[in-house]
Parts: sequence; C-alpha cells; structure tokens
Amino acid sequence: MNKERLVLVGNGMAGMRTIEELLKLEPDLYEITVFGAEPHPNYNRILLSPVLSGEKTIDEIILNSRDWYAEHGITLHTGDPVEHIDRRKRLVRSRSGLEVPYDRLVLATGSNPFIIPVPGADLPGVLGYRDIADVEAMIETARGFKRAIVIGGGLLGLEAAYGLQQQGMEVTVVHLLDTLMERQLDKPAAALLKASLEQRGLTFLMEAQTAAIQGRDRVESVRFADGSEIATDLVVMAVGIRPNMALAQNAGIHCERGIVVDDTMLTYDARIYAIGECVQHRGHCYGLVAPLFEQAKVCANHLAKLGYGRYHGSVTSTKLKVTGIDLFSAGQYQGGDGCEEILFQDPGAGIYKKLVIRENRLAGAVLYGDTIDGAWFFQLMREGTDISEIREDLLFGQAHLGDSGHGGQTQAALMTDEMQVCDCNGVCKGEIVKAITSKGLFTLEDVKLHTKAAASCGSCTGLVEQILASTLGSDYSTPEAKPICTCTDYSHDQVRAAIREQHLTSLSDCFEKLDWRRPDGCHVCRPALNYYLISTWPAEAIDDSQSRFVNERVHANIQKDGTYSVIPRIFGGETSPAQLRAIAEAAEKYAVRSVKITGGQRIDLLGLTKEQLPHIWKDLTDAGFVSGHAYGKSMRTVKTCVGSQWCRFGVQDSTKMGIELEELTWGSWTPHKFKLAVSGCPRNCAEATIKDFGVVAIESGWELHIGGNGGVKVRATDVLCRVTTPEQVKEYCGAFMQLYREEARYLERTAPWVERVGLAYIKKRIVEDEIGRRAFYKRFLESQAQAQVDPWKERAAGAEAHEFTALKQVNG
Amino acid sequence: MTAVVDDMTWLEVGTLDEIPRQGARVLKREQGDIAVFRTAADEVFALLNRCPHRGGPLSEGILYGRNIVCPLHNWCLDLASGEAKGPDEGCAPAYATRVEAGRVFVCTEPN
Repeated sequence: MNKERLVLVGNGMAGMRTIEELLKLEPDLYEITVFGAEPHPNYNRILLSPVLSGEKTIDEIILNSRDWYAEHGITLHTGDPVEHIDRRKRLVRSRSGLEVPYDRLVLATGSNPFIIPVPGADLPGVLGYRDIADVEAMIETARGFKRAIVIGGGLLGLEAAYGLQQQGMEVTVVHLLDTLMERQLDKPAAALLKASLEQRGLTFLMEAQTAAIQGRDRVESVRFADGSEIATDLVVMAVGIRPNMALAQNAGIHCERGIVVDDTMLTYDARIYAIGECVQHRGHCYGLVAPLFEQAKVCANHLAKLGYGRYHGSVTSTKLKVTGIDLFSAGQYQGGDGCEEILFQDPGAGIYKKLVIRENRLAGAVLYGDTIDGAWFFQLMREGTDISEIREDLLFGQAHLGDSGHGGQTQAALMTDEMQVCDCNGVCKGEIVKAITSKGLFTLEDVKLHTKAAASCGSCTGLVEQILASTLGSDYSTPEAKPICTCTDYSHDQVRAAIREQHLTSLSDCFEKLDWRRPDGCHVCRPALNYYLISTWPAEAIDDSQSRFVNERVHANIQKDGTYSVIPRIFGGETSPAQLRAIAEAAEKYAVRSVKITGGQRIDLLGLTKEQLPHIWKDLTDAGFVSGHAYGKSMRTVKTCVGSQWCRFGVQDSTKMGIELEELTWGSWTPHKFKLAVSGCPRNCAEATIKDFGVVAIESGWELHIGGNGGVKVRATDVLCRVTTPEQVKEYCGAFMQLYREEARYLERTAPWVERVGLAYIKKRIVEDEIGRRAFYKRFLESQAQAQVDPWKERAAGAEAHEFTALKQVNG
Repeated sequence: MTAVVDDMTWLEVGTLDEIPRQGARVLKREQGDIAVFRTAADEVFALLNRCPHRGGPLSEGILYGRNIVCPLHNWCLDLASGEAKGPDEGCAPAYATRVEAGRVFVCTEPN
C-alpha cells in the first residue's frame, strides 16, 4: 500500500518538532520529505547567541543529525528552499527544480529579520541575526574588523551585541525608543539592564533613528535622522522579525501579518498546515520557541488523524542569554486595569522585581538581578494558582515560604551539581543537567525516563521542572494542562469532565470516545480512569480490577519480597481484649512474621502469602473485623486521643467522634490516600493538624482542619471553620471529602490540591454555600451506600478466587 | 514458534478462561514460578515470575498491550521477549506458549 506523502517546508525547530511528535503518534503513516533553505540539519536556533559569544560550538547545537533523518526514513533536502507550491497538482518545487507531490503539506518557513529599508541596507557588512550563516559572518567580521553597530535594543539585539563584544569588537547599540527590551521590560528594569551592559563596555545610542548606511564597497558608517554619524565596520539589524510568508502568499493562501491558521494549525487550504514563527494564530505571531512546541503537538495530532488537538495560544516568558545578567519577564508585566503591582527595588544591589497580580492570581512578572524564582513564578502563572495565602512572602520567593509547603520546592538554580535532587532514586542535579543537554531532552517525561529523577514518589517533580527551565531557558515549556500519560493529550481535568458530560461509564467508552492512542491504555492512565469512572458514576460504573494497582486488587499491601501485609480496621484506634485476642490468634495460626503497630494506630500483620489472604480474612471477619483499607487510595484511618472520657484536659469526646467519622467514611475511594484524626483538646495529641481532615476539640465545639500532610513534605493544615455539634463535623467532613473526590486529580493528595485551588475556594464551596455543602454530603452518602461493602468478607466467601490460587502447581 | 521448540516439554497449565483478561495466573514450580499472562486481545505469554530489577512478582503487575509493569518499581517488560523497555536494562526469561481449543500450554524450557 502506498503511504500518504507529507512534505515539510522548513527544516527548523517548529517543523521538525512537529515531525518528531508525529513519529511518536504514527511512525508509519507518511512518506516524509523535508526541505530546508539552510545547508544544516535541524539545530537549536535559541542557542545561536552562545555560539556567537564563543560559549558553544555549532556541533553542540544540532538537534537532529543527518543520521537521524536517515534512521527515520525521512528524505532531507538541505540548502534547497521550496520556491513554488502548486496547490492544484499538489506538489512543491524547490530552487534546484525538484518537484515533490504531497497529500499533506506543512509550512514552517519561520521568519526573516526585518531589514530597515534605508539607503545602503544592502551593502556588504550589513547582516540580520537569524541563522548559522549570520553567526559565521559575524565571527568572520570580528576577526578582521573592530567596530560594530547593532540596530535594535531588544532581546535579540542585546544578545548579538554581547556576543560581538565577546568576539573582541567595540559595539554600539542603537535603539529607536528610550527603553531597552520594551516588549519584555518596564522602565526601571530596563534602566538597570542598560547600566549593567554599559559597565560591561557596550555603548548605547537611545532614541536614535537610522537614516542611512554609508560606504563604498562595504559598510563604513551609519547616519542618523538628526544628521550625526558613527563609523563602523559591521551593522547588525535586530529590529524584529517578520513572518516568512511569501511562499504561502504566492500560492494564494490567506495571509495577514502571518499565514493565518485556525486552532488546529490548518491554513485556509485543508491540505496545508502551517506552524511556527510564520503563522498568525488568533491575531498573534509568536517568536519564542515554547509556543512553537505547543503548536507542533497540535499539528502532529491532526497529521496523525487523531483530530482533537487544539491550540489556544500561549503565555510566554523570556530569559536574556547574556552571561552574568539575570533577567526574566513573563505575562502581563506592564499591569493594567484591574491589576495590582508588588514592587521591590534595590538599585544599589542591582535588583528589581515586579509582580503583577490580578484577582489573586499572578498575571505577570519582571525580575532583574535575582531571577531565581522566575521558573516558580511562571509555574504559578500558568497553573493559575491562588496566591492570596502566600501574597505577603511571594515577592521574596519560594525560599521564604519555608520547606514545609508542597508548593515550596527547593531552589534548583541555587543547587550545585553534586546535590541530590531525587532522593528516591539518588539522582543529582548534574546528572539531570547533563542528560538534558547531551540527549536533547525537553520535557519532564523525557527526564524521568532517562534519569529516573521524579519517577518514584514524585515529590521532586517541581524541582526537576525548575532544572529543565533553568537549563533550557525559554526552550522549556510545560503545557498548561499536562496530559495524563502518553496515551492521550487530555489532562486529568479534561478527561474527568468528558466522563461526566458524555456520561462515559466504562474504560472502553473512554478509550473510544476520547481517541486513546493505545487500545487498552497503560499502567498510568487506567487506574486514574477507573477512579474517575467509579467516583463519578458510583452506581453505574463497574470497578475494573485489572486497572487497579495490585494492592487495591487483592486488598492487601504488597511487600518487597512479594508477600502481603494485612491491617484490620480498628475504628478510631479503640480496641478491646477480645479484638486483640482474635488478632493474636490469627497471627499465630498463619505464622505472621512481624506484628507492627502502625502510625495510624492500627495493627499490621506482615509476611503473608497471597494464598493465605482469604483464610486469615475469614478468621478476622468472623471475629467482626472489616478491611482496614491500609493499601488503597482510599480513606485510611481516623487517629484519636482518649479525649474527655479520660483525659483531664479533654474538652470533647474525641474517641467517640473519631469512631463515628470512621464509620461514616470507611470504604470510600479517593484520589489519593486520605487520613483523619480527632484530638480532644487544642494540645492536639492525635496530631490532627497534619491530616487530610483534622478535627480539634475546643470548649465550644470543634475546629475543622484540612489539607495537612505528615509525609514527604510536612504541611500543617489550614483551618476550615469551627462547628458546634458532632453531626456538623460529619457533614463538613463528608462534604469536604466529596469535593476532594470530585475535583482533585488522581494521585493528588489534599495538601497540594488545597494549595492549587486555594483555601478560599474550598471555604466558598463547603462553608459559605450551605446548599452546596448539603448536596456534596448527600452525594457522599449515596456513594458510600455502594462502597461500604467489606472486600475481605466477600473474598473470604469465595469472590475473586482466581486471584488467590495458583493456576497449576508442578513438582520437580 | 512451535517449530523451534517441538521437542521441548509442553505442559498443559489450564484453560484460557481461567486467566483474567489483562491479567495473569501463576504456574508454581520449584525451579521458579512462571507467570502466564493473557492480553486484552487474548494472546497468551509466559515469563519467569521475577522482575529482573528487584525480583518483583510480575504476575501482579498491570498489563497493557503486550507489556507488563512490575508492581514494585514500575519496570515495564515486553511480554514476548521479557526485555525491559528502555532506558532500563534487564530481561526476564520468556517461555513459549500455545493455546489449543481453549487449553493453554507452556513450554517449561525458556526460549
């Protein structure tokens, strides 16, 4: 069968990223031909500045070698730009006369440096700053000449000026306006930047309009509108880029400022896509690489005929790649209507920080001199995190939040190469940086796969993302909504919404309706989907045991040697001699190897084989126990102190309250494990302030706490509210759990969830909205009616017997 | 597959119905247990029931496509070859299988 033919015009980062994304989805769908105007394979254009300044070589910035194209069966024509598209015959013709037919065409022609149309602009010695050829010409000029003028004081111009200076030239930067980098910086930050660059020996000519470039055989001087002149040997024009759309325009494809595309990256011709700097999407043209990668993903999705990717535009951030100057800007840094600004200024130390806040969310940031928190601020912006709780300390950065919060990752940029990032797998910062640069990694998933960092408990994920961001600069982009796994582009929230809105009740429904890439998903998405299904449709969805992690499938905790541990539920942690006797007898009968009191006031019986489980469960359930669910993403335990029944300080009966809460909540499945505690007085002996839901007795009733965690990163709870009766405690608890069950992402503990959505939001839903709270509580009780079936009793009576017996036993 | 191992020992281990789809059952042996897997497409594979990483019981993992993910540390192995998926390196011995009229046979000598 003949494959369809895909032609890519433009062998740059955007185009090749699209091809890579496409190969991940559908490696064999197309016969692919790539045309590039430059004589090189695809390279990292972002790193041209370090090449110019001599900090990197050209070989170091190649992304796809010629061998890579060959290995993937891609035909590559370099140094041969496409000059004509025949849309009727569906073929392209290159400068050398090659004609290649296409079924699908991708235009990724990038942009051209804008050359100001002044007399002399075509003289030898006048360059743009765009590609390897420009950089080579600049380096060559620097060998024989001394003076350079860079026209344009934007990001690119300053990087070019710095690079030329590093090559030994005397550089003057000419800028039309009175503010450098006015598209990224406000005036105070720009003034600091200018001062710092002047100290490094760059000269600036501000508010100067170029009138002509003069010279006989090559450039000799530049004349300005006010009549003044400066002698020079080289002029670099870095006043901006223009989408390169001539090819598309000549072919009659609709263009405005760029080639106009819709949210699927399709042009007005249904066979022709366009992506990268050459396009105009919803009125915007992008010149940074992060948005291009997001576009590439969407375009590949449609080329692979999946048909659901949508590009919604991007929030961008900028880092100036001038060694020794720290500058970061992102979002709506200029502020505006409805915005507030938080400012810090220390001109003496060369530090300036501005945060723009809108509706309790970070909307923009400009950092100069101290950009360590740039990646963190950008993350807060992209995720739309509610910052009202940390507002006072926000400007001083993450370090000032202390190490106790989940949002507070340690500072990646401050770390030395030897410092360990991933404490589970023992991966140091240096290894991660090396993997990113040497293997050309761009995403968190890549880094996880190659280094194992963040691949176990995940608590260093934020740190790894920061390292990615600080290593790659603006090359790094996290999609605003991360896909669940590589089976899909949909995020957790999108999948859950689809399950609710389209009334999907089974995994196969999800795979089919949401165009899953693998027919039966993978080990990452299946447990998540299964949870979303049973929590959304408790009475309809069928729990898929093969999509459960082993512990939840066999209702015990797998240990490192393949044996299991069994923890019977002891409500509120209050037991009796009879219960203890039953546990002791079972432990002896099945020769349990360890008996351990757990942190949650339960008794753990360790070292049982799978075959023994239904038998010990029978003995335990006969004695009145139910499963302790100590193995699941579920409600775990309610820890209590003895309270007013015995304690001379106790003000309420915390044990009774704990037992009632446990009776209410046991058996419920949650996005991640869920722990409770009830303390009988504010001395808080049950440690309720590090639990997912904590209750602390006070003289007048109960204080309710949420979002605590005593694990990987300690987080003290937030106070939700105070209530007076045990009935209220139960209603608020059930409502809070239900909100968590319905809205948190799978494997998201309450602590990071509360930080993500904000305490104010949870108060609004649970405390302020009485009708809403009642509705949540009602749904919780309805779900519990299905959930409170003891899995041990069922299995002791013979359910799922195949799970606990060998298929066959042979001797010898 | 059968041509290569004709002279080897084929052992009937049970019926296809006894193995859950996307799941596994265990053939217990003194020389080491063998996990017998059944994919969503009803293909049957067999691997030594020890992950090459830290010896985890592969039969308890989550199965998707032709992959099994070890329950202990999430290594992902190819069911047909037993090879770990890159960048991890390691291999669990694989055993030939065949299904005849719903009866499952495993060749007890590794490939």
